Amino acid sequence: MQKINTSALPDIIFMLLFFFMVTTTMREVTLIVQVKPPEATEVQKLEKKSLVSYIYVGVPIKTQFGTESRIQLNDAFANTSNIAEFIAAEKNSRDEADRKFLTTSIKADKRTRMGVITDIKQELRKVGALKINYSSRKVAKLSY
Amino acid sequence: MASKEVPEINAGSMADIAFLLLIFFLVTTTMDVDTGITRKLPPPVEDDTKMDYKERNIFKVLVSSSDALMVEGERSNISTLKEDVKIFMTNPTNREDLPEKEMRSIENLGDIEISKGVVSLKNDRGTSYEMYIKVQNELTAAFSELRDEVSIRFYGVKFSNLINEEHRKAVQQAVPIAISEAEPENIGGN
Repeated sequence: MQKINTSALPDIIFMLLFFFMVTTTMREVTLIVQVKPPEATEVQKLEKKSLVSYIYVGVPIKTQFGTESRIQLNDAFANTSNIAEFIAAEKNSRDEADRKFLTTSIKADKRTRMGVITDIKQELRKVGALKINYSSRKVAKLSY
Repeated sequence: MASKEVPEINAGSMADIAFLLLIFFLVTTTMDVDTGITRKLPPPVEDDTKMDYKERNIFKVLVSSSDALMVEGERSNISTLKEDVKIFMTNPTNREDLPEKEMRSIENLGDIEISKGVVSLKNDRGTSYEMYIKVQNELTAAFSELRDEVSIRFYGVKFSNLINEEHRKAVQQAVPIAISEAEPENIGGN
């Protein structure tokens, strides 16, 4: 029986490997709040992920932290008063030229009350992070 | 003389190594694309200078704490919101109680009527985020459809398919996204 030549197999695997290496974005934070984003039809893609800072809002996954909506910054729970320093830190970690393009993505659970969101927005306005994005899932049609 | 043959390296396990790496990246990969509704917040107001808008130029949208919608002082439904906004912004029959229009000349488009209307969105602290996004979505849809109309009229293609940066700018100027969010307060209601 003729043997199949497998010498090109590593090349194929390497090709796949490079594809995944390039498309990979490592998950930077572990979610400690439940986030089920709302649905919308008029969504835009967030370009340049390196220029986006994320604010997560939702009910804590572990029930011992309560059932109220909480804010998560980086890997910990936070209050609205922490947002200013969070944004400052995010700004500092970016290139000077890129700072004005910084977008803040609010990843909030759809059951969140607007009070929390409004507080975040007010805080963002104060520190001048005016470009925001309400993270939502794209659907073809909304049901009313 | 002994033959100086280069010993062949056994590359048989190369595939295994590559597989290992491949599986690592497969597992760590998250392919979620981030999508969302983009908005620009207004800069903070220092003093209490009230913007002076004529009543006819403001389209009031109110979302109560129980997610009920009120448009221009009347109970309304989200399914009609988009059309309402579009009619308000275009004022096709030049009604007295709908916004004024202003002739302005825009580069690449020439003279065009620009509506002075502003959509004012107000919500309660108890409004659900889902409802808020729904309303924002409808407002965005209305404005993007208006942009499409202008874009098709002048360039024959939808706004999203407009490639020329200057043309995009012109359409953006002709139909600015005039959504204003009121300073937060507890409006309550049920």
